[in-house]
Order: sequence, then structure tokens, then C-alpha cells
Amino acid sequence: MSEVIEIFMTLEGFILSLTVFALAIFLGFELISKVPPTLHTPLMSGANAISGISIVGALLAANYVEGDTATILAFLAIILATINVVGGFMVTNKMLQMIRGKKRGGK
Amino acid sequence: MVNVSSLLDLGYLVSATLFIFGIKMLSSPKTAPKGNMYGAVGMLVAVLVTVLKMQLSEGGIEGWMWILLGLGIGSAIGYWMATTVEMTGMPELVALFNGFGGAASALVALSEGIRVYTSDNYVIAEPIYQVYHLIPVLAIGASALVGWMTLTGSLIAMFKLKGGFTIPFTKKWIRFPTWGPSWLNYVKAGLFVAGLVMIIMSLNDPGNLNLIYGIVILSCVLGILFVLPIGGADMPVVVSLLNSLSGIAAAFTGFVVGNTVLIIAGSMVGAAGLILTFIMCKAMNRELFDVLFKAFGGTTKESLTRTKVGSDPEEVAMVLDGISKCIIVPGYGMAVSQSQHLVKEFADLLEENDVDVSYAIHPVAGRMPGHMNVLLAEANVPYEKLIEMDEINSEFGECDVALVIGANDTVNPAARTGEGPLGGMPIIDADKAGVVVIIKRSLSVGYAGVDNDLFYEDKTMMLFGDGKKMMAELNSAFKEL
Repeated sequence: MSEVIEIFMTLEGFILSLTVFALAIFLGFELISKVPPTLHTPLMSGANAISGISIVGALLAANYVEGDTATILAFLAIILATINVVGGFMVTNKMLQMIRGKKRGGK
Repeated sequence: MVNVSSLLDLGYLVSATLFIFGIKMLSSPKTAPKGNMYGAVGMLVAVLVTVLKMQLSEGGIEGWMWILLGLGIGSAIGYWMATTVEMTGMPELVALFNGFGGAASALVALSEGIRVYTSDNYVIAEPIYQVYHLIPVLAIGASALVGWMTLTGSLIAMFKLKGGFTIPFTKKWIRFPTWGPSWLNYVKAGLFVAGLVMIIMSLNDPGNLNLIYGIVILSCVLGILFVLPIGGADMPVVVSLLNSLSGIAAAFTGFVVGNTVLIIAGSMVGAAGLILTFIMCKAMNRELFDVLFKAFGGTTKESLTRTKVGSDPEEVAMVLDGISKCIIVPGYGMAVSQSQHLVKEFADLLEENDVDVSYAIHPVAGRMPGHMNVLLAEANVPYEKLIEMDEINSEFGECDVALVIGANDTVNPAARTGEGPLGGMPIIDADKAGVVVIIKRSLSVGYAGVDNDLFYEDKTMMLFGDGKKMMAELNSAFKEL
């Protein structure tokens, strides 16, 4: 019994999380309205890197060494999420530098 | 006594704030690089806070090895992929990264599911606790349904952006198929409903891992079927939508592990990604529903009855001699043939002869919005020469030559009639230029499947051939004048 309650959130916690979830969705809808076409791809790529936030979940899940399959899966999740995060931000930066860098007349 | 671990949660607030400003700043050209930096710092804060929290928790971190190894391997691969990628391969890479993000969320949910359900301590909760209990069961199912779909969908999208793949150990290039009869939509709907039903069943039978595996398989198939019927030119919209889905998957995973920053960042990206998807659709003059569920073009291509005599580069070079203004209209074909450097060389040659050269950028030219800008920037074309459609259209009247390279639908006058698949799509007014030179492999119809009247006009000169080859020939012909 104890384990189930310990790991998973309480009802109060859930309701709070649900509130946060709903508000963050509204925030996301309002956050961007006009994006110049040049920035569509970098914005998508940057937002994609942020969705690599599941790296946090992966870290939490990998902290339990007891379950073999579970740990391997969490380990894989860390690798994939880290690729998403590191690669994502770097690629976005590369695109933006390319667009902006040439504005100053090129290197 | 203040619990340090709880105080650390404030760090998540910091990273969530950084994410919000990051996304906001990414949508404006001036602040975009800084916005990306904010996002990266926010992510670093989130990771550090998590590691600290785990270390401070009872027992500390047990899985150091896994964690450091995973972070190390992931960083190395991510760094390697981001640094070695060609500018032209950027859209595929974004799609691939997106798939990884979705997979990571789904794996976390699966890992937690397996760990808890197979744990010796696991017992079905007493009725009073069942509410607590059902939330994660629901979240695990939902995260699996969304996350695995994101992975397989993104992989298919990646191959579609590449156009195909080489069979390992051979050099055979296979074009990636686009297949989707209309009945497939019912299959997709059926699979989705089945997934929902399985999530509900898992609520009645928590701990049944088979149901979870079932959802995983179903979701993988759904992702493939979802993207398979959609054509290559619509991939930007699909990748954007999948990006939104990977955010949602992260948010659901947040409910599984009970972590706020996952929920905030995930749902925010999910919503912002959806808005971006709509913005992109609008730029392409397409309805999201049509993109996703109606096979567009491809199937009902008009058969060509007209012919047009092609010109050769020497003729075109002669026409170009002594002109004062030229506008280059790049399209998908320039990206495919990788001819941006030759296009830049061509522009330099003209400029040496005091010709005013600029580039007309259609919002959806290329494989992704902004793709042309990135490609031409790579070829050292000054940014101020790239002019967006709305601004440059008025200039075509006084333009001597419009050079259209690898574009078709974006310069098709049929769009102005307001009828047919292209009806109402904004186009570049290349047909208003004195002479229109079009570099294209054949007269074949573009993605929308509509014949282009512009090809057959008297003032149009067609250079039939591969973009790179034709540009090279044109450049040398011009030099010899």
C-alpha cells in the first residue's frame, strides 16, 4: 500500500497539477500570435527542445535501481531526452546564427 | 523546519519562467537567439534541481551510474548530430529530435508503469485510495498513447522529408511511399478509439501490463498510418503538430511522476506548438483538417496536353545581358538540387554587371517555412536581399528578368482565379516580370497537381534540367559573354 501512495500524487496534488496544466495550456495559446515565416522553423525547433523536459522525468525514473527492465527503459529515456535537449538547442542556435549572422554582412 | 527539497521546487519555477520567456522571444527576430539561450538555461536549471532533489531525498541517488552514463551518451550524440548536420538536413533533424522527445516521455511512463506494477509492494488500493491510484494509471496510458505515436510519426516524417532512404549495404535509393486511401481514415479513428478504450479498461484492471503493451503497439501503428498518407510538402505542418504532441506527452508524463515543471513546460509547448501549426497552415492557405485527412494532389494529377520548347543556357545568358533588375524566386527544387551556392554565384555575376538582384521568398517555399532563408544564408546571401512575398510583389512590374528555380505552385497564376486546389493561395507575381526564366526538370505539375500556365507564356523561357547543372551552365554561359 505504502508504495503506491508514496510514488503517486495525492488528490490535492493532482488537483493543483491539473490547474497548472490547464493554465499552462492557456498560456501557451496566448504566448505566440504573430511569427514571421523566417522564424517558423527555429521556433518549432526551440519549442521542440523545450519539450525535451521529459529529461527530468527520465532522471527521476532512473533513480530506482531495483527494477531491471524499468531501469533500462529509464536509461534509454535519459539518452533520448538528452539528445533532444542538447541537439535541439544547438540546432536552433545554429539556424538563428545563420539567419542573424549574415545580417551583419557575413563572417 | 523548512524542507530544503521542497524549497528546491522554486528552481522549477525559475526554469518554467525561462521557458515562457524563451518561447516568447523566439517568435521575434531580434530576440530569438536570446530566447533560445533562455530555454537552454531553463533546461539546465531543471536538470540541476532534479539531481539535487534526488540527492537530498532519503537514500540519495542510487542510480548515479545510469544517470551520468545516460546524460553523457545523450549529450555526445546530440552534440555530434547538431554539429555535423548540413543546413539542408535541418528539417529532418528537427523531426528526428522531436521523435526522440516523444519516445523519452513514453519510455518514462512505461518504466514507471513496469516498476510499480511489478513491485512486490504493489497492491490494489483500497477504495478510499482509488482516486489517487487511478490518476497515474490514466496518465501512464495517455502518455503511452501520445508518446509512441509521436515517435513513429516523427520517424516517418523524417524519411518523407528526406524523400526516401538507402537500403543498408546497397546503394539502392528507395523513394518513401505516400499511401492513404480514404478508408484508412476510418482505420485510424478505430485505432484511436481502441486506444481510449484500452486506457479505460486499464482503469478497471490496474496493474495489467498487457494492456499497456497493447496501447504501445497500437499507438506505434497509429503514428505510422497518420503520417503515411500526407505528402512531402505538407511535412512542416505535420512536424509542427507532432511537436505539439510531444509536449502533451511530456505533460502527461508529468502526471505520472508527479512533477510540475514537466506539466508546465509540456502543456505550454503543446499549446504553442498547436498555434504555430495553425499559423503555418494559414501561410500555406490550407486547413489543418485537409492536410491531415484528405490526400492532396498526387492522386488526381492533370494530364499534360501542352508542350513548351525549352531554351538553352546561352539564350538565357544573352537575355540577361544588359538588364538592370533581376529577382530570383527559389523553391523546393533549389533545396533538393542543393544549388544555393551556384545561385549566389549567379547573383554575384549579375551584380558585377550593375544588375540589381534580390530574392523573393514565398512563406512556404522549400521544405519548411524559413527553409529558403537558411539555405541562402548558408550560401552567404546577405539577409537584406531576401525579401518576403508581400513586400517584393509590387517590384515585379519593373523587373526585367525573374529567375524561378525549382518553384512551381508558388508562382502559379491559377491561384489568383480562386478556384481549384491552389485557389486563394498567395503567390509570387513572377509572371509580371518582363521575362520569366524557369529552371525545372520538366513541365510536370507541382505538389498541388495543377498545370502552370506560366510555363507556356511567350515571355517564359524554360531551362529543363537539374537545378545545380542548369545553374552551373548558366553561370559559365554568362561568363563567356
